[in-house]
Amino acid sequence: MKLGVLFSGGKDSTLALHYAIEKAEVLCLITLISENKESYMFHTPNIKLTALQAKALELPLISKVTEGKPEEELADLKTAIKQAITDFKIEGLVTGAVESVYQASRIQQLCNFLNIWCVNPLWKSDQKQLLREVVAKGFKTIISGVFAYPLDKKWLGKQIDETMIEQLITLSNNYGLSPSGEGGEIETTVLDAPLFKNKLEILDSKVEAKGNSGVFRVKKARLNKK
Amino acid sequence: MILIVDMNSKENPFGFQEFVLPILSISEELEKCTTKHYLELNTTDLKDFEKIILSGSALMDTTTDSQMSRFNWLKKIDIPILGICAGMQTIGLVFGGYLENCREIGMIKIETFKKNILFSSTFQAYSLHNYSLEPPAEFEILAKSENCIQAIRHKDKDIYGVLFHPEVRNKEVIQKFIQAF
Repeated sequence: MKLGVLFSGGKDSTLALHYAIEKAEVLCLITLISENKESYMFHTPNIKLTALQAKALELPLISKVTEGKPEEELADLKTAIKQAITDFKIEGLVTGAVESVYQASRIQQLCNFLNIWCVNPLWKSDQKQLLREVVAKGFKTIISGVFAYPLDKKWLGKQIDETMIEQLITLSNNYGLSPSGEGGEIETTVLDAPLFKNKLEILDSKVEAKGNSGVFRVKKARLNKK
Repeated sequence: MILIVDMNSKENPFGFQEFVLPILSISEELEKCTTKHYLELNTTDLKDFEKIILSGSALMDTTTDSQMSRFNWLKKIDIPILGICAGMQTIGLVFGGYLENCREIGMIKIETFKKNILFSSTFQAYSLHNYSLEPPAEFEILAKSENCIQAIRHKDKDIYGVLFHPEVRNKEVIQKFIQAF
């Protein structure tokens, strides 16, 4: 099956990409850059970094900017998927959806309308296991956004490792957070992974945080040889 | 031992992960389970299982609809069966029902019409289908959404079908089926 991957540059869509390439032909990445910070569908810190991540992966990227109004952003995503169907003849779209029926059902509806498969390799997977897998596979993933108590700016820019996973599981047990940020508590950015031909190096960044909400904004980055 | 039948087309590289593994992870907390793809079922081995669950499949996947002869065993065995989405449609088709266009994608409200062991009253559930089942005469309707029939039961056998996907937001439906038999 020829696939496109809905790619945010975070751990879930990057892991879904790794799974997809093991079993099918991935021809392009698709990214929606939402200008609406409140978007439940597409807002991700450092979304513009997907251009550099796509270069690192040596995969074509279809990138569309959307104002992020709830239904218009889906229309913009539909336009991007249509382009992938036209340009790359994709037969299915891969998502990194794990638990969110809000996101999953909207993308299912789009794919159904466009008559392509909607493929969700991580769907309903154990979130702790997914975090461990990301580390075990050698992903270099940093926390690029925190949006829930008791997370704060101390977490921003830190790399996810075994120690952090244990801390996240403890927070999950004590405060009901989703350990992998499925409820939007955490956003991540992948700087390196097995499929990356080059790795990203952050040259300049800025922490923007207030209380239990903040982002680690990558202002400048480059690709380095692995 | 529970048999979970993978109803996905081999064309879908992740049908097992998306539609079978979530059922397996819920079921194996209660009883030992095994999974088999429907094309690899040896019907003579079915007597080894105490319960059977037929999985759902992707929206684009309609391959089982044209392979009903592979599921004639559903009429011959006397084991409790739960069909989920494509699984329910398959049960209905084998017994002589038919499919109608009915698209529901996302969370929907379901109303219980008949007392049963799986659920009660009104509840929300995740749906993912383009077709609903008009059940054959041997089945009674247990629940409906605004648009279509959501659950059925054989009048004389322990055969159940749900059109919604209980593995997503209603895992207690699968647990109750397993615990009831």
